[in-house]
Amino acid sequence: MTLLTLSSVAKSYGSVAAVAGVDLAAQSGSRTAIVGPSGCGKTTLLRLIAGFEVPDAGSITLGGEIMSNADAHVAAYRRNIGIVAQDGCLFPHLSVLDNIGFGMDADRDAKQARAAELMEMVGLDGAMLARKPDQLSGGQQQRVALARALARRPRLMLLDEPFSALDMGLRTATRKAVADVLSAAGVTTILVTHDQAEALAFADELVVMRAGKFAQVGTPREVYLKPVDRATATFLGEAVVLPAMVSDGIADSPIGRLEVADVTYRGRAQIMIRPEQFTVSRIEYAPDNGVSAVVSDVVFCGPSLDARITLAGDGIAEGEISFRLDIPGRELLASGDRVSIGISGRVHLLADA
Amino acid sequence: MTFTTESMVASRPRRKPAGKPLAGSSWTLAIAVAIAALTLTPLGFVFWATVATGWETASQLIFRSRVGDLLFNTVALIVFTVPVATVLATALAWLTERTDLPGAKLWAWLAIVPLAIPAFVQSYAWIGMWPRLNGLGAGVAISVVTYFPFVYLPVSAALRLIDPALEDQAASLGLSPAAVMRRVVLPQLRLSLCGGALLISLHLLSEYGLYAMIRFDTFTTAILDQFQSTYNGVAAHMLALVLVACCFVLIGVDAAVRGRRRYARLGSGVARHPVRASLGVWRYPCLLLPVVTTAVSLGVPVLTLGRWLIAGGADIWQFSEIGLALSQTLTICVIGGVATAAAAVPIAWLSVRRPTRSSRFLEGCYYLASSMPGVVVALALVTISIRVMLPLYQTVATIVIAYVIMFLPRALVSLRASIAQVPAELEQAAESLGRSPARALWSTTVRLAAPGAASAMALSSLGIMNELTATQMLAPNGTRTLAMAFWALTSEIDYAGAAPYALLMILFSLPLTLLLHHQSKKIAGR
Repeated sequence: MTLLTLSSVAKSYGSVAAVAGVDLAAQSGSRTAIVGPSGCGKTTLLRLIAGFEVPDAGSITLGGEIMSNADAHVAAYRRNIGIVAQDGCLFPHLSVLDNIGFGMDADRDAKQARAAELMEMVGLDGAMLARKPDQLSGGQQQRVALARALARRPRLMLLDEPFSALDMGLRTATRKAVADVLSAAGVTTILVTHDQAEALAFADELVVMRAGKFAQVGTPREVYLKPVDRATATFLGEAVVLPAMVSDGIADSPIGRLEVADVTYRGRAQIMIRPEQFTVSRIEYAPDNGVSAVVSDVVFCGPSLDARITLAGDGIAEGEISFRLDIPGRELLASGDRVSIGISGRVHLLADA
Repeated sequence: MTFTTESMVASRPRRKPAGKPLAGSSWTLAIAVAIAALTLTPLGFVFWATVATGWETASQLIFRSRVGDLLFNTVALIVFTVPVATVLATALAWLTERTDLPGAKLWAWLAIVPLAIPAFVQSYAWIGMWPRLNGLGAGVAISVVTYFPFVYLPVSAALRLIDPALEDQAASLGLSPAAVMRRVVLPQLRLSLCGGALLISLHLLSEYGLYAMIRFDTFTTAILDQFQSTYNGVAAHMLALVLVACCFVLIGVDAAVRGRRRYARLGSGVARHPVRASLGVWRYPCLLLPVVTTAVSLGVPVLTLGRWLIAGGADIWQFSEIGLALSQTLTICVIGGVATAAAAVPIAWLSVRRPTRSSRFLEGCYYLASSMPGVVVALALVTISIRVMLPLYQTVATIVIAYVIMFLPRALVSLRASIAQVPAELEQAAESLGRSPARALWSTTVRLAAPGAASAMALSSLGIMNELTATQMLAPNGTRTLAMAFWALTSEIDYAGAAPYALLMILFSLPLTLLLHHQSKKIAGR
């Protein structure tokens, strides 16, 4: 069942269109991640959903009720949408208990009981309820903020870059914990982030946003492996893009004949290959297809080698095609080595060829 | 007092004074301690005087109906003035900072301008308008319009500074706008409200001219009467003791209400600017508040002064006398301002670069000393100079010491803010580029903190220019500052003759007041 529906939602600040007409349908109990570079409009979109901003056009529906459209606007405090902000945004003048109980209509004992239950849910010690927010670490503050937002049993949970203030190790652990808690509570969630790894790991449905519009919507796997364009491809991770001639499901590329997913397309195209599809190994002689790959530069980074591969051969001008690859550190490559390149799986055709 | 920078730093990871302890810091601390001892002299004197008087005489002088009357007046004045001024200032601050009130910027400036009008000039203006004004009601009314900016200034700064994300968060938790105001915004204003209310209360205790003009007796007016009529030490000293006790009660109440926690924004990043609330149909009715406030706090002085100036014509402009008073005032302002700023340098530097428990304790001493009424400070300095150091009696040195004691915190706030903006790393960078430590200090911190030092001097000068009580008691014979001349003329009921002096005080204070406003905005980071 669709819980949240956005249709043609737009919002401008002056002449800048922060959100330029987007459509979204979030299923009940799902986790949607909206990812995009800074300034792409994702935070504005979140504020529109929360009700802090009024859209210039379009409508927002939650559970069948109209939240915003041309005629109506339900104020933020009447929507029962939970928010966990970037730095937790705990009220500094209140204890953890009072923060969690802040939005609850209940007597002191009920609040205490519910707060203790929520603390356990988010994996914090109930003894912390008496503390003030500044006595908690960043990760703990974030968990309390989640508990506070869950206390009212919100219809929808919005996470506004909630993990970006945390350091690397804590970030992964907190993200996992938050995802588990939200799944257990069955709360529909929308996460906004600029961190593509976080978005991929968190979401059932991934939305890539760029310049106020949705560039692509799909499952994380789908969007990662079959991005619609080069910008989306490179935003979600490293990608090697090469020119190719495509016909009958085969791409004739500078690194050989590769299988493509799309069997109908014929003609010139750009193909995209993720670095993890590559296997690179050193060879003594040039392969027989006439194209040779040479390591032109290599930096040792511990577990991996950061290598630049330059292609040479028939019809390729010197230095015309070269790309950067992370190669497992166990390959003992040096600058100037000749290598063979293997590709596992099918490669993806980019639309903007 | 031992100086333990290293251990303090280790236990307080949040405040890292970068860099090695400089060789100069122990000297700086020694100077700061000496200045603290100097500033606490008046307080020590009052207690010493009580002990020297003996319990019997002291209790006779303290427990009498006169003291009871004064105490009642003082308490009543505080109980009525502080809540009214606080509510008025908070409402104004909210309207000007957080709503779409027409002309909000203008009203914000106009809410600060009353600071440029000395309290006794305000009182003079009201007497000019309503000559029969007197008693508690008049005292409260004039005090409110004179002192409400003390709350307006910090509260409006806090309203600009509060992270609006907290308000959004509260709304997402189901709070209506009114509930957000009550449960999120107001609690975060507590520190500013407490600070402003304390400042008003302390001014109510120490102000002389305002209440003398409307014949409303407070401890300060009573002490000054005693002093002027008899030079009778003991009775005045005992009144001063009760006055000091009142100050301590206020400071204690403030400390209890304020709590120990700072409501700093948690987390990182830059807060968004707050959104202004739409007043809707109330947009114009709400204008009434700033209009009426301005009409009363600025309109009355402007009208009265204008009337006296016109009535007096050219006769009241005795240029030789006015010129002399002006030059004496400016001289004393410059000397006092420079001395106060200089005295604040050691503690300002220590509190930014070497924040330790001892530096915080010293800061507390300065604040405590400056919260003592001018009349107490002056009384102590008069008596000490007569008994112990006669050559200092009625010299510029004594009065400058009084100014340093009274206005040091003003200078400290400016200096500290500007020193804090110069990272110690700059100094280290200069040293790594081959400057000696002293030259590194000079070419980085001193240069960059210079504007702060200038505003420190300006703000102390503002206090000195409008200071009447201590100046009257301590100024060398023949001194006649603008405030003293004004006071002497109004005492002779020559209200017209006093008008030019009042006008000059306001005109000179005005730019300094605007500087204060600018600075409060800068400290708030906007």
